[in-house]
Amino acid sequence: MIALLLRDLKLAFRAGGGFGLGLAFFLIVTVMVPFAVGPQSSLLATIAAGVLWLGALLACLLSLDRLLALDWEDGSLDLLATAPLPLEAVVTVKALAHWLTTGLPLVLVAPILGVLLNLPAPGFFWLVISLLVGTPALSVIGTFGAALTVGLKRGGLLLSLLVLPLYVPTLIFGAEVARRGALGMETQTPLLMLAGITAATIALLPFASAAVLRINLR
Amino acid sequence: MTLTVTDLTITRGGVPVLEGLNFALETGRALILRGPNGIGKTTLLRTLAGLQPPLVGTIKGAEDQIAYASHSDGLKPTLTVTENLAFWASVFGTDSIQPALDAFALNELADRHAGNLSAGQKRRLGLARMLVTGRSIWMLDEPTVSLDKDAVQMFADAVRAHLAEGGSALIATHIDLGLDGDILDVGANKAKSGPLDDFDGGFL
Repeated sequence: MIALLLRDLKLAFRAGGGFGLGLAFFLIVTVMVPFAVGPQSSLLATIAAGVLWLGALLACLLSLDRLLALDWEDGSLDLLATAPLPLEAVVTVKALAHWLTTGLPLVLVAPILGVLLNLPAPGFFWLVISLLVGTPALSVIGTFGAALTVGLKRGGLLLSLLVLPLYVPTLIFGAEVARRGALGMETQTPLLMLAGITAATIALLPFASAAVLRINLR
Repeated sequence: MTLTVTDLTITRGGVPVLEGLNFALETGRALILRGPNGIGKTTLLRTLAGLQPPLVGTIKGAEDQIAYASHSDGLKPTLTVTENLAFWASVFGTDSIQPALDAFALNELADRHAGNLSAGQKRRLGLARMLVTGRSIWMLDEPTVSLDKDAVQMFADAVRAHLAEGGSALIATHIDLGLDGDILDVGANKAKSGPLDDFDGGFL
């Protein structure tokens, strides 16, 4: 399992691996928003938490179609399925590698981009916490979507449509934590809901992903 | 371990392609799979490798014994030859990749990126993967495609060494490898029944 994780990380950082794609997209969204909505800093402060969460979510979505498709195209997915690793472990490791190369960097740069959107000072802590708790769910749900659409030509479109509704609860509670935190309000309830969603997806979805992958590999 | 196939019917895309297959693959033996294009050789190998379930029939002795090589080599173009092999070695829990590099003359290419290799060199690397799996039953699907004469010889030698160590191999190929294996011609097993209901119950 560690070998697979290390390989995926290595592939992501090497030329053409797609590391940085999500980051660049996140940067573009947050830089462009002030141009689009105008420079009133009070308005930006109000929408900052939501925009940052939406940007992070879409950046995550951007890299999902490569998650399993590359391994499927070059035949390594077939070979992994006949290897001693259970497919549940394969999809879990794939999701973890996706989070380490996409989700975690987004969490780390979010506070810097928060400055561009005039995020109120108490919001930075809660933004990082909410992204840290919420983005693993985005990777795990995304892996499930990728498993459903693996083998389809141009499956990215269908993947986005399938995954977006599944992302809604995470977005609602994640952005709510960040928004309430920025306003100095109580954040416990949405944070617990967010953590619950993440824990449930990590516990359950790898089994679903492995099951659909088995069917799709036939 | 002997691989035993009894009364096997296999499907591709909801259409039965081969039926009534019975054979046994014993240790130390090679079985050469023959048959016209589209008869279902690849589907048979995929079924035996456990990638899809058979429609009818049983496969015994295949569990965790099979190393499967498909048409594609499963190589990552941005990893080097060594990294590609070492990855598969650690997935299969074996440690040494040196014998595999030696057997397919890959030592000179060890530090090259797999993406820069020629088609034949990639295939050699894909076949070298079989050696690092440590599995006893090899399933090879057209292994000699794009190999030159010397490389075919290397491959045949590797299979012979594998058989001598008590392994076995099922090889779908149309060229003569010079192996003293039995020939399994599946042409006679072409399925007569029509397409199944195209509803895939797997998603239920």
